[in-house]
Amino acid sequence: MTVATKQRSVWKPAELERIEPGQVAVAGDGEIAREGSLSMNTAELGLWIFLSTVTMLFAGFTSAYLVREAGSDWRPIPVPPVLWLNSGLLLLSSFAIEMARARQRRMEAGRYNGWLAGTTLLGTAFLAGQLLAWRQLAAEGLYLPSNSHSAFFYVLTGVHGLHLLGGIGALLYALIAIRRPAPPPAAIQHLKLCATYWHFVGGLWLYLLLVLFVF
Amino acid sequence: MAVASSAGVHHEPKSFMRRYIFSQDHKIIGIQYFLTSAVMGVVAGLLAMLIRLHLAWPEAKWPFLAKLFPLGMEDGLMKPEFYLSLVTMHGTLMVFFVISLALIGGFGNYLIPLQVGARDMAFPFLNMLSYWTIVPGCLIMLASFFVEGGAAASGWTAYPPLSAVEHAIPGSGMGQTLWLLGMALFIASFTMGGLNYVATILNLRTHGLSMMRLPSFIWTMLIASIVGLLAFPPLTAAAVLLLFDRHGGTSFFLPSGLFFGKQVLEHAGGTPLLWQHLFWFLGHPEVYVLVLPALGITLEILPTFTRKPIFGYRMTVYSLCAIAILGMIVWGHHMYVSGMSPYVGEFFAIGTLSITLPSAIIGFNMLASLWGGSLRFSTPMLFALGTISLFGTGGLGGIFLGNATSDIQLHDTYYVVGHFHFMIGGVTLFAIFGGLYYWFPKMFGRMMNEGLGRVHFWLSLVSFYGLFLTMHFLGFGGMPRRYFEFSKFNFLAPIRDLNVLVSVFAFVMGATQIIFLCNFFWSIFRGAKAERNPWKAAALEWTAPSPPPHGNWGDQLPQVHRWPYDYSLPGAHEDYVGQTVTPGEAKFSA
Repeated sequence: MTVATKQRSVWKPAELERIEPGQVAVAGDGEIAREGSLSMNTAELGLWIFLSTVTMLFAGFTSAYLVREAGSDWRPIPVPPVLWLNSGLLLLSSFAIEMARARQRRMEAGRYNGWLAGTTLLGTAFLAGQLLAWRQLAAEGLYLPSNSHSAFFYVLTGVHGLHLLGGIGALLYALIAIRRPAPPPAAIQHLKLCATYWHFVGGLWLYLLLVLFVF
Repeated sequence: MAVASSAGVHHEPKSFMRRYIFSQDHKIIGIQYFLTSAVMGVVAGLLAMLIRLHLAWPEAKWPFLAKLFPLGMEDGLMKPEFYLSLVTMHGTLMVFFVISLALIGGFGNYLIPLQVGARDMAFPFLNMLSYWTIVPGCLIMLASFFVEGGAAASGWTAYPPLSAVEHAIPGSGMGQTLWLLGMALFIASFTMGGLNYVATILNLRTHGLSMMRLPSFIWTMLIASIVGLLAFPPLTAAAVLLLFDRHGGTSFFLPSGLFFGKQVLEHAGGTPLLWQHLFWFLGHPEVYVLVLPALGITLEILPTFTRKPIFGYRMTVYSLCAIAILGMIVWGHHMYVSGMSPYVGEFFAIGTLSITLPSAIIGFNMLASLWGGSLRFSTPMLFALGTISLFGTGGLGGIFLGNATSDIQLHDTYYVVGHFHFMIGGVTLFAIFGGLYYWFPKMFGRMMNEGLGRVHFWLSLVSFYGLFLTMHFLGFGGMPRRYFEFSKFNFLAPIRDLNVLVSVFAFVMGATQIIFLCNFFWSIFRGAKAERNPWKAAALEWTAPSPPPHGNWGDQLPQVHRWPYDYSLPGAHEDYVGQTVTPGEAKFSA
């Protein structure tokens, strides 16, 4: 027994095929069946699940950090000054991607790529700044094995940088996608996912900054 | 990303490569996982046979093995470092690359879309990527036997300093690095897979399939995936730190004053306990990641072969959730002897013992599902009953390990080895076999041989109990685990020869699996043809053709009107009512 909601000869991806949230499917005998799926978009759901694993990854690092910080040999390192600039760049980039989204929502196709390119550039500048922070520490003679605080600094900024690099990859993909006449819903969806991830990585950086140098 | 990846893949690919090798079809990927798991299972099983060979006859020489392992078994006598590699790799491969692959990768991929009424997984491309991430992981693990120093030898738990100092023991070198790399690939693959499972189960359910109509197996997969997704990342963090301890000169896990190779190491200030905490924060939930789907498979088999609805479905679902939550906060019971504060130990003990409550609820629900049913003892049912039996016995043994007072006596003895083999070796393995016999007709459109299946079951059950129950008694006698050289201890003299009995059972158990492998592969090509629903089961997957085509159903997805356990409904003309039958139809046919 199947339900006649949509007639398709060649079936489409299940995600597109399912009934819109809230819509009621009517079975052959008139029985009203509730829609099974959540109201959240599947790709967004997938992203949030992924972000929860990233959260747990850094929760693991944090617990290791707290245990190690309580050790008797803990000697705090100074804050590399460039970090404040870097944090500012990352905050700006989050603002830029929201500007791009706002323009995109107003359907100014092709006119939001400036903001998008800006986001990508700011993100790249942040990564360059992080490398500079490593150089500043190294100039003071603080290397990865020097002490446990410097070790955590290099490892945490490195792992965070890799996650940010993934975000830059997604942004570059979005920039390429603008050039192609892509269907607007897919582009909007993609940029929304990019923005969610980007804000997450930005928030993660602020969190790491607090963990490493404030608490 | 998902939108872009799923757009182009839903036409059935025609080329061999796209269809069977780099396939995005969840059914092909599921079978790929099963076959990979079988290969790794044979390897890991043979490692176990070598371990048992040594434990039964520690002083014996095996000239034929010297030819196979010229380095590890020079002159036919096993070297200690080779033994440690065997123990480490047997554990690692079995837990992560055999049981996980078959239960989570195999059954998860094959059944989730079929049981929730979806065309495929939410992210088919990611699904393919997940499989092709695990393949290099497997190859790296296998390759580690052939590098200098041999495979990793610090135990499947990879405790530092053995795992953190490169020249600690022969297996601490390249072998351990490859071990970390293989595990990293496994975790990456599991993350992609688990993400897919959760998204598919939550978002791709067909019309009418509400959460409380989901098959028990889907519930267990959902919960196991969430647990795995949250528990694995801290181990990733620990592995990254361990990598830096090994190759970057840091001291996350290494304390000062370590003395290896006639010199004091420069590391200082780290603590090996940190690794233990991070490892067991994954390690214990991993038990439930494996055991829950095994129970789910059993709960799927029971109603079909008792012709009666599952007992206490709702309580089972709540209990599964309770196990998942409690399972995340009891990792410390693996570390009672690490010198932890007795108050912390008490917290972990109370948490652990409270897991027995939801576990017992599920166990009794399974027993009550048998009560008053018309039992049919086909092979899947035999294995399901075996699973219940092992779950009961193993669970009972676990109570003594969950309690700090008794665990301190039993820690690191064969009691522990016997116990965890009951749970993550027995419950899981019997459920995998039961599930394979049960869904084989759906997978390949043929039946497996019943006679061989029964022989497989009875030999497996008897040898399993003989093998692992006896290990409990070895543990009472104080037989330590992982020891290469144990035969000189006087206190072990009275029980030493029990090891011969255990090993004989192990060889029987190992040889029995050959029957299964022959049956499995012979039946794929020569088994009796199976119809669409050979077991007369009510669940959704049996409404699809056997084997299901690309996309699982025809033009339209099925509409679900009931839960999957409507057996022996009063007034219905057959003793089962499929999930797609409307209330009107059920009445009409009565």
